[in-house]
Amino acid sequence: MRHLWLVIAVCFSSASGMPALAGGKDDAALVNRLTWGQTSQEAANIDRLGPDRWLKDQLRPKNPARLPSEVQARIDGLRISRESMAQIAATMDAENKAAAKLQDPSARQAAQQAYQRAMADLKQQAAARSLLRDLYSPHQLQEQMTWFWMNHFNVQADKRDIRAMIADYEDQAIRPHALGKFRDLLKAADLHPAMLRYLDNDQNAVGRVNENYAREILELHTLGVGSGYSQRDVEEMARVLTGVGVSLSAETPKLKPEQQALYVRRGLMEFNPARHDFGHKVVLGREVGGTGLSEFEQTLDVLARQPATARHVSRKLALYFMGDAPPDLIERMSTKFLRSDGDIADVLGVMFRSSAFKASLGKKIKDPIHYAVSAVRLAYDGRPIANTAPLQGWINRLGQGLYNRDTPDGYPLEDSAWSGPGQLTTMFEVARQIGASSAGLFKPDTPGAEDQPAFPQLQNALFHGTLERRLSPQTRSALAQARSLAEWNTLFLSSPEFLHR
Amino acid sequence: MHRRDFLTAGLAATTTAVSGHAWSAPATDQRLLVIFLRGGYDAINVVVPTSSDFYYESRPTLAIARPDPANPNAALPLDGDWSLHPTLRDSLYPLWTKKQIAFVPFAGADDMTRSHFETQDTIELGQPAGGPRNYRSGFMGRLAQQLAGGRPIAFTAQPPLAFQGPMSVPNVAITSVGKPGVDDRQARLIQDMYRGHDLRAAVAEGFSARDKAYAALAGEMAAANRNAISPSGFELAARRVARLMKTDYNLAFLDVGGWDTHVNQGGATGVLADRIGQLGRGLAALSEDLGPDAWTNTAVVVISEFGRTFKENGDKGTDHGHGSVYWVLGGAVKGGRVAGEQVALVPKSLNDGRDLVVLADNRAMMSSIIQPLYGLRRDQIEKIFPGGPGPLESLSLV
Repeated sequence: MRHLWLVIAVCFSSASGMPALAGGKDDAALVNRLTWGQTSQEAANIDRLGPDRWLKDQLRPKNPARLPSEVQARIDGLRISRESMAQIAATMDAENKAAAKLQDPSARQAAQQAYQRAMADLKQQAAARSLLRDLYSPHQLQEQMTWFWMNHFNVQADKRDIRAMIADYEDQAIRPHALGKFRDLLKAADLHPAMLRYLDNDQNAVGRVNENYAREILELHTLGVGSGYSQRDVEEMARVLTGVGVSLSAETPKLKPEQQALYVRRGLMEFNPARHDFGHKVVLGREVGGTGLSEFEQTLDVLARQPATARHVSRKLALYFMGDAPPDLIERMSTKFLRSDGDIADVLGVMFRSSAFKASLGKKIKDPIHYAVSAVRLAYDGRPIANTAPLQGWINRLGQGLYNRDTPDGYPLEDSAWSGPGQLTTMFEVARQIGASSAGLFKPDTPGAEDQPAFPQLQNALFHGTLERRLSPQTRSALAQARSLAEWNTLFLSSPEFLHR
Repeated sequence: MHRRDFLTAGLAATTTAVSGHAWSAPATDQRLLVIFLRGGYDAINVVVPTSSDFYYESRPTLAIARPDPANPNAALPLDGDWSLHPTLRDSLYPLWTKKQIAFVPFAGADDMTRSHFETQDTIELGQPAGGPRNYRSGFMGRLAQQLAGGRPIAFTAQPPLAFQGPMSVPNVAITSVGKPGVDDRQARLIQDMYRGHDLRAAVAEGFSARDKAYAALAGEMAAANRNAISPSGFELAARRVARLMKTDYNLAFLDVGGWDTHVNQGGATGVLADRIGQLGRGLAALSEDLGPDAWTNTAVVVISEFGRTFKENGDKGTDHGHGSVYWVLGGAVKGGRVAGEQVALVPKSLNDGRDLVVLADNRAMMSSIIQPLYGLRRDQIEKIFPGGPGPLESLSLV
C-alpha cells in the first residue's frame, strides 16, 4: 500500500491522469472527511463510482445540485429565496425608519420589535438554507467549501443591517465560486455590501480615511500576516478603498459632471467618486490611481496572484481538511495555485491525492458544525428533517453559530480550538440531546404543525455495515452498558470514533 | 468506581503531573487572574494623558476633558500627567484611592504587525520574538507547570493559546453554565471510552470543572434574593469567577471582546465608555465577592494586544496602534501609582508618528508580577518566558 501511494505522489502532478485512490474501508474514511458526514447514500455513491470518479464529481460538480423535493420546496418558500437582497434591505430600512418616527412610545416599541424579529428571521432563514444544503446536497464538497470560504471571508451578521444581506452574500458571492477561481471569489466577496458594511468601508472616504478594511484584506483575505506588506501598504490600500460603499437608495447622489461617468452602482454596492481619493498610490510596489473603482479591482487581481496569497490560502485549506500538513505539500499546493490561476478545485485535488492527506484520515477532530450536522445526517440517514432550529441551537451552544463570529479572522480551524475540556463536556450534553429524541427536528415551524414521529436511528445499516468494526474495545464495552436506546445513542455520539473524521 | 472516586483520581493525576516539579516549585496560595481585552482597547481614552496638549490637539471629538470637579464628564485625576475615565468613578477609582490598582502605560508586545490576531498570539505564547512559534505552548501553561498547587482554569468558551501546554487546563464558558444533563453514570461511561486516548485528561477535567461551576452557580441562585438587580455580561462573569477562584481555582484567564473601535467610539459617554464602565463594575464586583482575605492574595492583570492610533481617524474612531496601558490590581498590589518608564507625549515621541512606543514589554511586566508573587527563581522565569527580557526592577508591582 505504501508503495502505491508513493507512486501516486509522484505521478499526480500530470493533471490528466486521475490516480487511483484506495478502495474498501478507506472509502468510508474519505467520505467522512470530504462530506458533512456519512450516510448510506454517500456510501453507495462511492461504492458505485469508485473513489477516483467520486472525488472528481465532488471537485467539479456538473449539474445543479438536486435536493430532495420537499427540501427544495421549503427553501423556495423562504423570503430570502423569493425577494432579492436589494428589495429586502430597502424594505427593512424603510420599516426601521418608519418605526423610529412613530410618536406613541408603545407603538414605536412594537414596531421596532417587529423590525428586530424580521431581521432575526432573515438571518435564521439563511442559516436554515445553508444547513439544509449541508445535510442533503449531493455536492457535499461544494457545501463544505462554502462554509470554509464564509469563514475565510467572515462577516458577523448582527452588525447594523447585515442580517438583510447575509443570505445573498453566501448564495451569490461565496457559494458559486467555492470550487472556482480564487480571484473571482475574492472580488465577489470583497465588493459585497455585507463585507463593506462589516469592515466599515462604507464610512471610508477621502480625507476621512479608516484603515480597517484595507488591513484585513491584506492580512486575512489574501497575503497573510508577516508576508512582507508594510504599514505604508495598508495606508495606501485604505486610500484605494475610499468611496466604495453601500447605498440602499434608488437615487444617484448629486455629482459634478466630470465625476458622473465614474459613478458605479451594482445592486447595493456603490462607488461614489465624490468620496474617493483619486491621488497617486503605491500598493505592493505597483502604482494605481485616478481611475476610481477599477483601482480596487486591479489591486484585488494583483493580490490574488501573489505567491504569499497562494501559500496563505493553501495553508488554511490544509488546516481545514487535514490539520497539520507537511511543508512540501503546502508548497505543491501553492505551486498549483499559481500555475492554475488560483483554481481552487485543482489546489484541493493536489491535497486530496497526497499521501499525507490519506495518512491523516480519521484523525481530525470535528468542529461543532461538523459534529452536529454529521450526527443528524447519520441519525436520520436521508430522511429530511422538517426544522433546522434545533440544529442551529446545538451549533450555537457549541460556540460556532453561523454568521456569529464577531472578528474578521473567522472561527479557528485547529483541532486544539475545539477540544478543550469545557467544549468536550458541552459536546456530550449535545450528544445527549441529539441521541435521546427527535428533539423538534421533525416539528415544522408553522403554527399548529404537528411533530412527526421520528427517532434517531444510529444503530442503522451503515453502523452495522461499516462503523461498528472500527470501534475500540473501550467504546464497545461502554456501549454494551447502555440501559436504553437513547443512552446508547448518547454514548455513541460521545465516542472518540464519532468525534473524529 | 464511584463518580466521586473517579474525580479524585482525575485530580490526583493532575496534581502528580504538576508535582513532577515539586523539588523546585513554590507552593502557592496566591491567585492570579489575567484578563485579555481582545480588539485593542483605546488605552489613552481610559487612562488619559491629561497633561499632554498634543493629546487634545489629536483628538478633537474624542478627548476626555481635564479633571474638573464641576464637570461630571471630566477625567478623574491620577497623578500630574494621567487621569482616569469618568465612568470608572465608583468602581475602579476607589481602588486607586486605596492604592490597590496600578497602571502601566507604554506597555505592550514586541510585535509591530498591528494585527489583532498576530499580536494576541505573540502575547499569549510569550515566546522569543522572531523565532518559529510553538502553538502548543502558552505562557500561562508554562507558568502552571512551574507551580505546585497551581489550579489553572480558563473562563473562556474556547481554550486560549495562553494555556496551551502539556497540562490539560479546563475551560468553562462562565456566562452559560447550566444544570448538566449527562448524569454521573453516563459521565463515567464516557470517560471509560477515552481510556488510553489523547483526550482522556481533557474529558476528565471537563466533567470536574462542570461540576464545580454548577455548584458555584447553585450558590449564586441562593444569593440572588439579596441582589436587587441581577448582573449581566462581564459583571455576571466576574462574580462567578470570584466564586470559583475563592475556592477551586487560583490561576485563571478570561477574555473580553469588543474593543476594536474604528468608528464612533464616543468620549466621556458612548460605546467605549459603556464597555469600560461594565469592565470597571465587574472588577469591583470581583474584589467585593472574593472578600478582603482572598483579595489580599490576588493579583488581577488587565492586558490588550495593542493601543490605538494617537490621533482619531476620519470616522470618530481610532485605528490599530502599538503601546497600550496595562492594569494591575489586587489587595497586595503596590497601587495608587502610574508605574514604569514614561516619555512625554509630543509629536516626536510617537512610534512611527502614529502611536505609543512600548517601554514595558508584556513579558517583562508579567515577570515583574509573577516573580515576587510566587517567589520564582530567575531560571524559572526563563522557562516561562524563554529569551524574554526578565522582570523590570523599576516596576515593582507586587
